[in-house]
Amino acid sequence: MDFALSPDQIAMQDSLDRTLERVAPLDRVRQIAAQDLPTAPEVRAALAELGAPAVLVPEAHGGLGLGVLDAALLSETLGRHTACAPFVGPCLAALALDLCGSEGQKAVWLPLIASGEASFGVAISEPASGARMAAGVRAENGRLSGQALFVIDFAQAAAFIVADVAGGLHLVAADAPGLTRTALTTIDRTRSVGELVFGDVAAEPLPDRDSRAAIARMRDVGRVLLAADTLGAAQRMLERAVAYAAERQQFGRVIGSFQAVKHLCAEMAAELEPARALVWYAAYAQDALPAEATLTAAHAKAHLGEVGRFVARTATEVFGGIGITDLLGLHYTFKRIGLDRQLLGAPERARRDAAVAQGFIDA
Amino acid sequence: MDLAYDATYTAFRDEVRDFLRTHRDRVPKRTGHRPTDEQIAWQTLLIEHGYAARTIPKQYGGHGAAPDILKSRIIAEVFAEEGAPGSLANQGISMLVPTLLELGTEEQKTTLIPPTLRGELVWCQGYSEPGAGSDLASLKTRGEDDGENFVINGQKIWTSTAHAADMIFCLVRTEPDAPKHEGISYLIFSMKTPGIEVRPLLTMTGAAEFNEVFFTDVKVPKTQIVGARGQGWFVANATLKHERGMLGDPNAAHARLQAIIEILKTETLDGQRLMDHPLYLDRLMQLQARVIAMQANGLRLLTAAQRKEAPGMAGLIVKLQGCELNHQLAALAIDALGELGVLYHGSPHQRAGGVWQHRYMFDLGLIIGGGTAQIQKNIIAERGLGMPREPKLAPKSAKA
Repeated sequence: MDFALSPDQIAMQDSLDRTLERVAPLDRVRQIAAQDLPTAPEVRAALAELGAPAVLVPEAHGGLGLGVLDAALLSETLGRHTACAPFVGPCLAALALDLCGSEGQKAVWLPLIASGEASFGVAISEPASGARMAAGVRAENGRLSGQALFVIDFAQAAAFIVADVAGGLHLVAADAPGLTRTALTTIDRTRSVGELVFGDVAAEPLPDRDSRAAIARMRDVGRVLLAADTLGAAQRMLERAVAYAAERQQFGRVIGSFQAVKHLCAEMAAELEPARALVWYAAYAQDALPAEATLTAAHAKAHLGEVGRFVARTATEVFGGIGITDLLGLHYTFKRIGLDRQLLGAPERARRDAAVAQGFIDA
Repeated sequence: MDLAYDATYTAFRDEVRDFLRTHRDRVPKRTGHRPTDEQIAWQTLLIEHGYAARTIPKQYGGHGAAPDILKSRIIAEVFAEEGAPGSLANQGISMLVPTLLELGTEEQKTTLIPPTLRGELVWCQGYSEPGAGSDLASLKTRGEDDGENFVINGQKIWTSTAHAADMIFCLVRTEPDAPKHEGISYLIFSMKTPGIEVRPLLTMTGAAEFNEVFFTDVKVPKTQIVGARGQGWFVANATLKHERGMLGDPNAAHARLQAIIEILKTETLDGQRLMDHPLYLDRLMQLQARVIAMQANGLRLLTAAQRKEAPGMAGLIVKLQGCELNHQLAALAIDALGELGVLYHGSPHQRAGGVWQHRYMFDLGLIIGGGTAQIQKNIIAERGLGMPREPKLAPKSAKA
C-alpha cells in the first residue's frame, strides 16, 4: 500500500521540466503561438530524446512500456510549460495500435511513434464527446466517408487513428487521396486541433474485433492526460500568482499580505491539492484498477475542468490588469486550460459518463 | 504507487472481520454524550483486541501495539463496512489523551488515561470564550494564585458535553502580566468543583449541542496543571492539531454520498426517479468527484504518515475542504428532496429523521468551529504557500 510517486517518476518529471525550461521558455512559447500552425521542431526533438512519445509503447516495439500514471506525469509537465509538441495523439495512437492493430501495423508504426519520427493525430471526438454538426465517419469496404472534428495533435501527424460511427478503428495516412485536412484555430495556439473530411478514402482497419473497448480506453486515457495537463498549467498559474503577490506593492504593503488576495491563493491551493490526488488516482486506475478506470477518468476530466477554470480566472485576478496582457503571458496557461476542458468530453458530458459507468442511468 | 495490501494485511482484515462477526451480539446502541455500561463494555473489549487505543501503552490502559497506520486504517474500514461502532471518539480520547501522553506527569497518565480510554471518565474542553474565538490566546478567564490553589473566575463557551462531563481541560490566564501567549496555563479539574455553572446553549438545529460554563471562585489545586505555568498555549496547540485531524474526514463524506445515492434511486418526482433528473444527477457527480479526490488526498496523507514525512499542503487543506464538502452534500440531499427536504421536528413524511437539515445546520458550525474557514485560509496561505502575514496594527497608545 503506497500512494506516492516513485523516485524514478519524480526524476523523469524533473528531467522533462528542466528540458522544457531550457528549450521552451515563455519567449519561445510566444513565437510559436504567433505561427499559423503550432510547430516547434526543437521541442518535439527534445521530447523524443527524453522518450516522452515512447512512454506507452510496449518495450517489444521499441517503447518504454510504462503506465498511464507515467504518461500523466509527463502530460502535467507539458501543461506546466504550455509545451508545443504532439503528446496525447501519439499516446492514444500507441494504445489503439497495441490493443487492436495487426502484428504488421504494430511492427511498422509503434517503433516510429516511440522514436518520435512519426506523430499521430486521433479522431475520436464524436464517440468521446458526442457529435457536433452531425459529424461522423462511416466505413464501407475499407473506405471512409464523412467528417471528423476536433482531431487531436492534428498539425504534424504522419497518420491518423480514426473511429467510425459503428465502433471500428482505422489508420489513415495524412496524405491519403480524398482526405481533406483543415486546421481549426482554437484559443490555445500551443497545440493543434483539426478537421478531417473523408471523400471515399482508402483506410487500413485495425483488425481486432474489440475496437469498441479500445475506443473507450483511448477516451479514458485521453481524459486523464488532459486532466493532468490542466493540473500542471493550473499549478504554474498558482505559483506565479503567489510569487507576484509577494512582490507587488500597493497601499505601502505587498498585496500578498492582504487577506483578500491571500485567500484567493489559499482557495486555489485548496482546490488544486485534492485535484492532484484525483489525477494520480485516476491515472493509476487506468493501469491497475480496471473496474474504476472509466469512472475515475471521467471524474478527473470533469473535476480538473472545473478546478482549472477556477484557478485560471482567479490567478489572473491576483495579477490585476497586467494579468490579462500579453506582456505577462499568463494567458497561454489560461487558454491551455480552456482547451483541455472542452476536448474529449467537457465536464457535463464526462459527469454523465461517470453516472452511466456506475449504472445510475442508461447510456 | 501500489494500492494493493500485502498478505499480512489481508490476513489482518480477515481477523478484524471475524472478530466483529463473532461478537455481533455485544455491539451497543449509539447514544448521547455519556457512554452507557454497554458501550463501556464494548470499548473495553475493543481495547483488549487492539481495535481501540491500539498504540497507547498497556500501563496507561491501551493495547500497547506498535504503530501501524495501515492496520489502523483497515480497522476503520472493516468496522465501517460491517456497520459496527468503532472506538469511542470524544474530546477526552481524541484530544486530552494525546496531550497527556506527550506532556503529562506519570501520575496524570496512570490515573487519568485508563478510565478516559474506557469511556468511564468523560471530559469537556474549556478553550473558547465569548471574547476569544479565532483569537483564542486573548482569553480572559483568570486563575489567581492563593498560595495553594488557582481561584478561577470567568466564562467559557462552545463547551460540548459540559453537562455530561466529569472533568474539564481548561485554558486559564494565570500570569496576567505576561505577554498574551505566555500567560496561560492548562488546568484539569472536576466539573463538580464548587462554583461551576453549566448552561445549555441552544443552537439553530433546535438542540443544545454546546454549553456555556461559568466559573465563580472555583478553587483548583495548583498541582492540577499539564505542563508548566504559563505554558498552556503550547500545551493546547499540541491538542488542537489532534482536533483538526478529526474534522473533514473523507470517509464520512463517502458514507454521506452513498446515502444520497440511495435517495436519488428511491425517491421520485412526478413518478420519475430523481436519478433520472439530469440536474440532480449532475450535482451528484460533481460532489462524487470531490469525495474521490478527498479520499485520494487521504491516501496521500496515509503514505506520508507511514514514511514519517510531513503532510504538507495535502494536510493543511483537509479541514477547509472536507467540512465544505460535507455541507454541500447535505445541501444536495435537501434540494433533491424538494419540499420533503424541509420537514423537521418529527413532521409527517419527514425523511431520515430530518437528518439532512440537521446536518446542514450543524455542519455550518463545523465550518466555523475548530478554526474558521477564514483562519484555515490564512494557515494555507502562510504555512503552505509561504505568503506574508498581515502586518500588526500599531498599538492604540501610539497616537498619530
